[in-house]
This record gives sequence, structure tokens and C-alpha cells, in this order.
Amino acid sequence: MTYRLTVNGVATETAAPGMRRLLDVLREDLGLTGTKEGCGEGECGACTVLVDGEVVDSCLVPVCQVDGRSIETVEGLAAGAGSAEPGLAAGTTPAQPGPDLGPLQRAFLETGGAQCGICTPGMLMAGQAFLATGQAPTDAAIREAIAGNLCRCTGYTKIIEAIALAAAAEPGPGG
Amino acid sequence: MTIETPPGRGRSRPKTSAPAPVVVPPGTQTPGLARRTAPLRREGPAKLTGTALYADDLVFPGAWYGATIRSSEPHARLLGIELDPGFDWTRVTVVTAADIPGDNVVSLIRDDQPILVPVGGEIRHQAEPVVLLAAADRETLREARKRVSLRTEALPAVFDPLASSVVIAEFDLAKGDVAAGLAAADLIVDGTYRVGHQEQLYIENNAMIAVPRPDGGVAVHGSLQCPYYVHRALRRGLALDAEQAQVVQAETGGGFGGKEEYPSMVGLHAALLALRTGKPVRMIYDRHEDLTATTKRHPAIVTHRTGVMRDGRIVAQHIELLMDGGAYTTLTPVVLSRATIHAGGPYDVPNVRIRSRAVATNTPPNGAFRGFGAPQSEFAAETQLNRVADAVGLSPLELRRRNVYRVGGITPTMQVLRGGVAGEEVLERAAEASEFERTRSRTAEARANRTDRDRTAHGVGLALAWHGAGFTGSGEARMGSVVSLELTAEGVVRILTASTEMGQGTKTIFPQLAAAELGVDIDEVEIAPQDTAIVPDSGPTVASRTAMVVGGMVIQASRRLRAEVEARTGRPFADSYRDDARNHGASRIDHAFEPYPGVGFDDATYTGDAYPAFGWAAAVAEVEVDLDTYEVTVLSVVAVDDVGRVIHPVLCEGQVEGGTLQAVGYATIEEIKLLDGRYLNDRLQTYLIPTALDAPRIETILVEAAFRDAPHGAKGVGELPMDVGAPAVVAAIHDATGAWITDLPATPERIMAALSGIDPPEPPGISAVSAPPSDPGPVR
Repeated sequence: MTYRLTVNGVATETAAPGMRRLLDVLREDLGLTGTKEGCGEGECGACTVLVDGEVVDSCLVPVCQVDGRSIETVEGLAAGAGSAEPGLAAGTTPAQPGPDLGPLQRAFLETGGAQCGICTPGMLMAGQAFLATGQAPTDAAIREAIAGNLCRCTGYTKIIEAIALAAAAEPGPGG
Repeated sequence: MTIETPPGRGRSRPKTSAPAPVVVPPGTQTPGLARRTAPLRREGPAKLTGTALYADDLVFPGAWYGATIRSSEPHARLLGIELDPGFDWTRVTVVTAADIPGDNVVSLIRDDQPILVPVGGEIRHQAEPVVLLAAADRETLREARKRVSLRTEALPAVFDPLASSVVIAEFDLAKGDVAAGLAAADLIVDGTYRVGHQEQLYIENNAMIAVPRPDGGVAVHGSLQCPYYVHRALRRGLALDAEQAQVVQAETGGGFGGKEEYPSMVGLHAALLALRTGKPVRMIYDRHEDLTATTKRHPAIVTHRTGVMRDGRIVAQHIELLMDGGAYTTLTPVVLSRATIHAGGPYDVPNVRIRSRAVATNTPPNGAFRGFGAPQSEFAAETQLNRVADAVGLSPLELRRRNVYRVGGITPTMQVLRGGVAGEEVLERAAEASEFERTRSRTAEARANRTDRDRTAHGVGLALAWHGAGFTGSGEARMGSVVSLELTAEGVVRILTASTEMGQGTKTIFPQLAAAELGVDIDEVEIAPQDTAIVPDSGPTVASRTAMVVGGMVIQASRRLRAEVEARTGRPFADSYRDDARNHGASRIDHAFEPYPGVGFDDATYTGDAYPAFGWAAAVAEVEVDLDTYEVTVLSVVAVDDVGRVIHPVLCEGQVEGGTLQAVGYATIEEIKLLDGRYLNDRLQTYLIPTALDAPRIETILVEAAFRDAPHGAKGVGELPMDVGAPAVVAAIHDATGAWITDLPATPERIMAALSGIDPPEPPGISAVSAPPSDPGPVR
């Protein structure tokens, strides 16, 4: 069966059995290995992607459910990062040359929100969805927004700080 | 001395201007560190864009998939391996113990754990590897797994460490005369404390990919902490020479000790299949297999008898410690050693006796996990101390003030604490920042006025700990680690170490240390990949030794390189190293570990300097207990940690925050239940770790009481916060409810039992036994 997905803004066709996990389609068929698998049963959130802006665990979603939908993954966050670089002190040199980071990614880098990095892609997508709601970035609201994403390194402190920093730098529609 | 780390830090330097090298006159003491700059995480951009490659992200064309067939009995004789003749086995590669070219042992401390149980051999736990399979696709592999059966003869199993007669290790420490001390004491307090298994729960499961090499050897790429542990295991098990065995660390999604030893097993399995098939073989564990088979924190039973005077002076501690090592030795003797030395807590007590024993049971082997035995024994020590405070009517803060180690204090191994003794400072800082005494009088008042209408109770709790920095005893001297530093002919400064990055910041702090010493910008220092074909053996990435020991060697190697280049050029290194590389060619320093002066430990008598230095930690936790459900919410933790020297404030705080939350999980929700030696909660739906909603607000205060014999003064940070979190939370639960919880985790069931005087749930860490089919069991 062939499915049509828009992945990070790019129209994509993929042939796969309908029950193939979206996670496997992304990682193995499309080569987008930024999305991680931590548990395979929707508990850890490492495989979090956005489907039409909604936070989903891609290990629980068969590809047939997302035919015609728009998927955003961590690989899409850096693309199109604008000239403005909120969240990072002006002129700060990146640690190493790399793709232009988006505002939330920069905030994570700046605050130390990524340690081992394995939960980071999923955490970024949950954070991105939170920013898009335009909710006030209170501690409680951010915790709620990332409650489905487990991190074992940070104690969540700096992740929450990073999302708050990105929210402050770039107020959403309601903020 | 303490430092504050305001938010929003980061290097700020115009992009356009050339980096201004810091010129450091030879012989000056690491001036770069005084700048308190926090460079951005070196591999951060790759992790944040999804381009960092973890083991399962690596693509090797034509790779097969590997799987492990495990025992399903806790103790049995393996009589035979049956392959279903109705299955087409030509599509599958099968490896058993008979196919192992080298020694059938996972090389570590003692040669007792096989790579695969041989036919005729003994199965000692429920998740023991017996057969390996590989196939070109997952469907074939899945089908093949169902067509293998093991013929066994059951043997009696032992699950209760108290009933085990197989001793893995034991220690006996004595200082003064404990019997006389107890006899002279005004008060005696007894206590028994029990803790169960804890899973490291790195979010990336164990994963290894083995690729055959043209020379008949194998390269193993994977998620691991200690490249040379895996290297040694491959050489031994596969009979390879040093070049034929190659180990390459992939980006590693967390370790916490859980990827110290088991990667040797996974790497051996993948390599055996790769050598058999001649193809790359992917051995990627799913969460269920990782939870089922890999090592956990050791369960322990600790009993204390403490003698104390009315004025709060502790005069005697008699401590008995029993640990469950699981089925094989693994690292248990070293874990037990650390647990033993730390068992009295950070207190100068004149009469101490600590007897400890680790035994084998028919459960999967336990191993390294952040803190390495100390969290177990210090949970017991601190909870006991809080009960002693209760008994003598002193505040927990005051009792600690009267007993904490000071300079000149003598530990149970007769080590004299010469410097960097910061127990008092972390204690006072934690008490001050948390307003401990004020909060405590508030909670006491609330408790006194509590009525039946109150549905929640607040409490505050304090704990203090010490943590020996680096390896125990003579471990570091025996290890003989090497760090190399290159100035390549192309003019690149490159650090070569086997120390792995698993989130804690190795790849950022090493360039930072070298750059400061060489007087160059951090971006001018590269770090070589953790590949045994490239880097020397600088020891395992464990025991909080990376910043302290290996970081110190990076500094010393940098000093040597700098001196060598400056001697040739007559100009500061920063201004002249590129010219030197052009004119003189490449330079390389291989710097071997030099034992710290005046530090000696006698393994035979188990006395002397158990650690070159100690880190000190205090925590104050505030909790809310639901008086209907007895659920505990940890509201906040003030964590004060003496790390000797803060190299990178952001990364250092990150260690404290993450370790604190792991300790909160240990205290409140993380527990493994076993039936017939098998873990019952072997998936993430049933083994719970704290989410962002469960996590307390964590305030970190870093203290710097330098370790004078390290060139930068660092003592390590990773494990410290793990020692104090759990006892602080349990003390806070007591403050809220009046109940002492002596078994971890402090579940609602245990709190309810303690408050209502009913039987507590089963003790943690000990397997239940299913009733034999013929016996219907007691009817309730």
C-alpha cells in the first residue's frame, strides 16, 4: 500500500504495510533516525512526533492512520531557522559548526536541556507543540506539556528552563 | 567557597573577531578555570538536530539481526538444545557455547559468568543467555526464536540472600572497641533497613552492532561506558589479538553504571554472530529484554546498632550489611567494598565495626549503578541517624553538626582526612538555603494541630553524605590509565582518551581543561572518537573518576605538550603551536596516571586511604503526603554538593539535578518485584520512573573544597546526589506523618502499614516463590 505523507514540509510517498509503525517508516524507510525508540509501548515519549501539530508517540501509530497527514520530526526543527536567534546571547558561537538551530533547540543548548540526548528529539517536539499553543510558560504548564516524555538525565529542571526561555523569546499567538 | 550560576550563561563572543588566545605563562595554575565561562555542549547541536548517531541509528549495509534465547528457569542443568526439525534452519545462523573460539567467560573480576551456558552446564538465573540466532530479516528471526527449546533439569533455587550460602565477598572493618563504646553509651538505637533493586533506566536500551574485519577480527559499535572492558572481553572470548578486537562507542543514550559491564555480554554475542555469518549483526535490545536481563542496583539489608550520649555524641556504630549479588560475581566485590566503607556515613565515631557480606542468589546479576553501593548503605546510615536524633531529642541538623567529619577525622579504614573536608559546609549551606529549622518548626506545629479534616501533611527532611572520589583502594594505581594529547602535523590539538560521553559532559570539559592549560580557545581543541583503534586505555567511565582522574591527566598532558612546544619555539604555545607543527611535525604526549602522593591502601588489611579524596553532599527535601492515599509528592529538594572544583557550572548542575531525581525515584516509586527469580515489572508500563510532574523543584548549590593533589582540584560529581536524596525524602515523610519508613521505596502501602500498625508489604528485593501446582496454598 502506498501512503502519502508530508514530512517536515516535504510531500513524501511511501510503500509499506498499513500496520507498519510510523516510527519504523520514519527511521527505516525514510532514513529519519532523529526520532528514537525507547520502549515501543508509548510510555517514554522518545519517539514523539507531531501529526498535524498533535503530539503523538510514533511507536503506537500505524502508518495507515496518518495517510494524507503532515508529520513533523526533530529533523524539521532546524530547517528554516530564521535570521533572528532568540534564546541565545547575541553573537554566541556555536560549539561546533552544524545546521542552524531553531529557537527551541538553541534554548536547549544554552540551558543544558540536553544531556545524553536520547529523549531530546521527542522532548523538543513536545516542547514545540507547547510553544505553538501560546500558553503562558508557567512551570506547571510546561511540566504538564512534557509529562509524556521521560528523561533520566536532567531531573527535567533545565528542560523546563529551556522551554520557558524559548517561550519568552518568541511569544506564541496567545502570549 | 560556593559559586552561583545565574541562568542564561554561555559564551558571548563576536563571531567575526578572531578568538583571543589566553596566554598563560608556563607554570601558572589553570587560570582559564577562573573565568567561569560555560562553553556550549560540544555534541549538543548534533543531539538537538537528530543527527547524533546512536547505535540503532548506524547503518551497515547487509546487516543481519541478532537475538538471544535465554533460560526461563532460575536454576537448572542444561541437558540439550532442540532446534525444531520442521523449520528451515538454512536461513538462520545458530551459535551455542560450543562455537565460542576463546574462553567461555565474560571477563571481569571473576571468571564465573559464561557468554552462553554450555550443554551440561548450569543455568543460574531466569535470563541467562543460552543460544544466539541471526537472520537477514526480523520476520525470519521472530519465527526462528519460537523453534528453539531448551531441555533442562530443574535444580533447587535460592532467592533469599539470608538463606544463601554462596559468599561472593565479605569485609570486616573495625576502629576502636565497639563493644566498649556501646556499653558506655547513654542510649542504644537499633534499626534494620532494606532496599531493593533499582533499574538504571537509561532511555536508550543496550545495543551493539558487530562488523567482521578483514583481518579475521571484529569491530563492535555500540552503546557503552567502558570501551576497554568490552575490548578485553572480546579478546578473551573470541581469542583475538589487540588489533583484531575493535570497540567503537556510538553516541550513548545514558548509562548511570548500567552500561559498565553488560555491554561486554551484548558485544560478545553480536561479535560471535558476526564472525559466524561473516556479516554485520545488529543486537539491539528492546526495553523488555533490557529490563529482564541487564544489571540492577544491588538489594541490601542493613542493620545498625548505634550508641549515643545524651549530648548527641555518637560513640559506637555496629553495622551489618548484606547484599544480594545475583547469580554471578560481576562487580559485586567492588560494590560491596564501597558500600562497606560508606556504611557509617560521614561521621567521626570512635568505635566502629562494619561487617559486610555479598551472597549469590538465583536472580539476574546485579551491578553498577550511580553510587555503586553507597546509596544503599547511606540510606540506612542516614535514616538511622535521623532516628537517633529523635531518640536523643536533638534536631537532625544539630546531631549532624556534633558528629560530622572535620579535618583530621579518622575513617573506619583508619584514613586520616587531610583536606577538602566539606561535610560541615554542605550541611550548613543546605540548612540555610532551605531554612531547615524554620520549616521544621512550622511542620511540627502543623502536625501538633492536625485534625481529621486535614487531608495532606507536609514534612521536611535532611540528609548528609560523603562519597569517595574515584576508585576504591588501590584500584586506580592498578588500572594504569593513559591519556594522550596530540599536536598533529596539520596543527590540530587533539585529546585521546577512552572516557565516554553519555550525557555527563566529557566531550565538553576535556577540551575546556586542555584549552585553559594550553592558553588556546576551546574550539581549537578536538577530541578523538572513543575507538580502541585510536585512543589509549584511560580506564572505564565510572566511579565519578572522569573529571577528577582523567581530567587531571588531560591537564598534565597539556602542560607537557605546552612545555615541549614552548621549549622549541621560545614563544607562548597559543602563538606558536601551528608554526611548531609545520616546522617540527607532529608531537604526541602519552601521559600515564601517577598515583596521588601520600595515598596508600593495604588490600590485605583493608586499611589506609580508601579514596584519595571525598566529595560531600547534603539534601533537604520537602514532601506532601496525602493522608487518604498515602501518596508522597516530593515538592522540593535543596541539593548542596561539594565537587572539589566546578569545571562547567551548567553541566555540573545537570549532574546534581539528574542524580537527585533518580534518588527521589529510588525513595518513592522505583521497585522491582520478583517471582521465582524473575523480574515481574519488566516493561515501562510497570517499572515507573519520575515524570516531569513527579519531579520536585531542585535547587543546586555547588561547593568547592578542592582536592589538592588533582591539578584542577576536581573530585567528581556524578554519584554524590544519589547518596542523599532517598534518606532526605524518607526523613521528610517522617516529619509529615510520624512514621519511619525503613524499606525502600516508601510506597503508599508501606506508609499505610507503618501508620496503622498492620503488616507491611513484602520486603523489597526478595523474590516471591510460586506455590507448587500440587499445593493450593493458604486460603484467604
